[in-house]
Amino acid sequence: MLKRAQLLAFLRDFFAQREVMEVDTPTLARASVTDTNIHSIAASANGDSCYLQTSPEYFMKRMLASGIGDIYYLGKVFRDGEQGSRHNPEFTLLEWYRVGWDEHQLMAEIEALIGLLLQQLDRPELAVSRISYRDCFIEAFNIDPHHCALAELQELAVNLGYPSWCNESRANCLDLLFSEKIEPKLPDGLVFVYDYPACQAALAQTKLYGDGALVSRRFEVFLNRMELANGYFELTDAAEQRQRFEEDLMARAAAQRSQVPLDNNLHQAMQAGLPSCAGVALGVDRLLMQLYGIKSIDRVLAFGWERC
Amino acid sequence: MANYSTNEFRSGLKVMLDGDPCSILDNEFVKPGKGQAFNRVKLRNLKTGRVLEKTFKSGESIEGADVMDMDMQYLYDDGDFWHFMEPNTFEQHQATETAVGDAKQWLKEQDTCVVTLYNGAPLSVTPPNHVELEIVETDPGLRGDTAQGGSKPAKLETGATVKVPLFLDQGDVIKVDTRTGEYQGRVKD
Repeated sequence: MLKRAQLLAFLRDFFAQREVMEVDTPTLARASVTDTNIHSIAASANGDSCYLQTSPEYFMKRMLASGIGDIYYLGKVFRDGEQGSRHNPEFTLLEWYRVGWDEHQLMAEIEALIGLLLQQLDRPELAVSRISYRDCFIEAFNIDPHHCALAELQELAVNLGYPSWCNESRANCLDLLFSEKIEPKLPDGLVFVYDYPACQAALAQTKLYGDGALVSRRFEVFLNRMELANGYFELTDAAEQRQRFEEDLMARAAAQRSQVPLDNNLHQAMQAGLPSCAGVALGVDRLLMQLYGIKSIDRVLAFGWERC
Repeated sequence: MANYSTNEFRSGLKVMLDGDPCSILDNEFVKPGKGQAFNRVKLRNLKTGRVLEKTFKSGESIEGADVMDMDMQYLYDDGDFWHFMEPNTFEQHQATETAVGDAKQWLKEQDTCVVTLYNGAPLSVTPPNHVELEIVETDPGLRGDTAQGGSKPAKLETGATVKVPLFLDQGDVIKVDTRTGEYQGRVKD
């Protein structure tokens, strides 16, 4: 608990020095995330049905659209059905946005944050590496994840001993292959994997590679092979965002998952104009686990889920 | 039999996999932040004893196996079958040599074992962790040789052979750990 308090104080100090303002967004709201694989916890307040927020992203983007400038959120978020040695249905998230930055500038700031944190704890410097999503797949499977056929990915999954994956979507197959065969072999230290496939863009902008591959300007950060943070060069096009949300809802319907109301406030804010910015969300509990070599998230929480 | 979904997988749960009963050893929840959640599950095939790993999509469910662990008293073997009795109902069960497996070298009449029943028939037998057995055959004891900490093979009344210290003789009763097959100590009468 002392170490958690020290880490939270360090994070707040880090952003204060860099003039990034803390914002305290609602954790209970009428709308929620449409992402097919993230499940909100439904609640009820004042007779309205509402959801515990899975991330402060939508509120923060409404603030950004109003011209607030650089901001961060450090607090609780909630995700249903997530329980394991690295997951708890309620966890502490650090999310921040940098106006006018792109994803590579933001990655450099994450590197600076972790570097300074280790320095304050008198720890040795970490190895830092950057690798594109495509290079990860070329190294592990000798295939290009942006160009190869879906059937090829399904065949790889089946050959690795997952026969039931023969009909899975492109995004799911890529996730399985990445989690099972690439993540465990990432180098020690801090690893930035960038340029995720377009099918996993979520709220990131996309760009075209020279060879015609469409990739998303999304990155993930791994610390000693544990997924720590996920960031974007944010999509600012309201119409495209709307379309992606609607596709999400269709995918949710196809997977027989609950439908959630679209966030019209966010849509209006984006129509009014979200400034060009980069944002990232970092799991604070996992950072604590990595700093102190703790294997189970329960041991960095005051009260793990089994004791709540 | 009931179906179990991945979020009900607990270590010890018995399920059917590819037609064989399996016991779940470990269930790890894996989820990339934005991706599909899955469960990396370690299972022991209760027929072959082999441990295997399988990845399920979270929410997938599989059929439970009609497998039950019961404490039973070992009665005798007739050469073909090993006979056990439920101490409360006095109901008797006969286990094949395959089911008894390596446990047979530790089975002493009247001892209580765990018999795993699959669809009502014994699938495997787990002997008590520690058994006390009499030495029926070993080289003569060499007193005074104990300092070297040497050992010699000794055959026990149930047929097992274990390494024992040199000072032990035929007729001595010793305690053995059945999981490792190691000598634990001499039992004084």
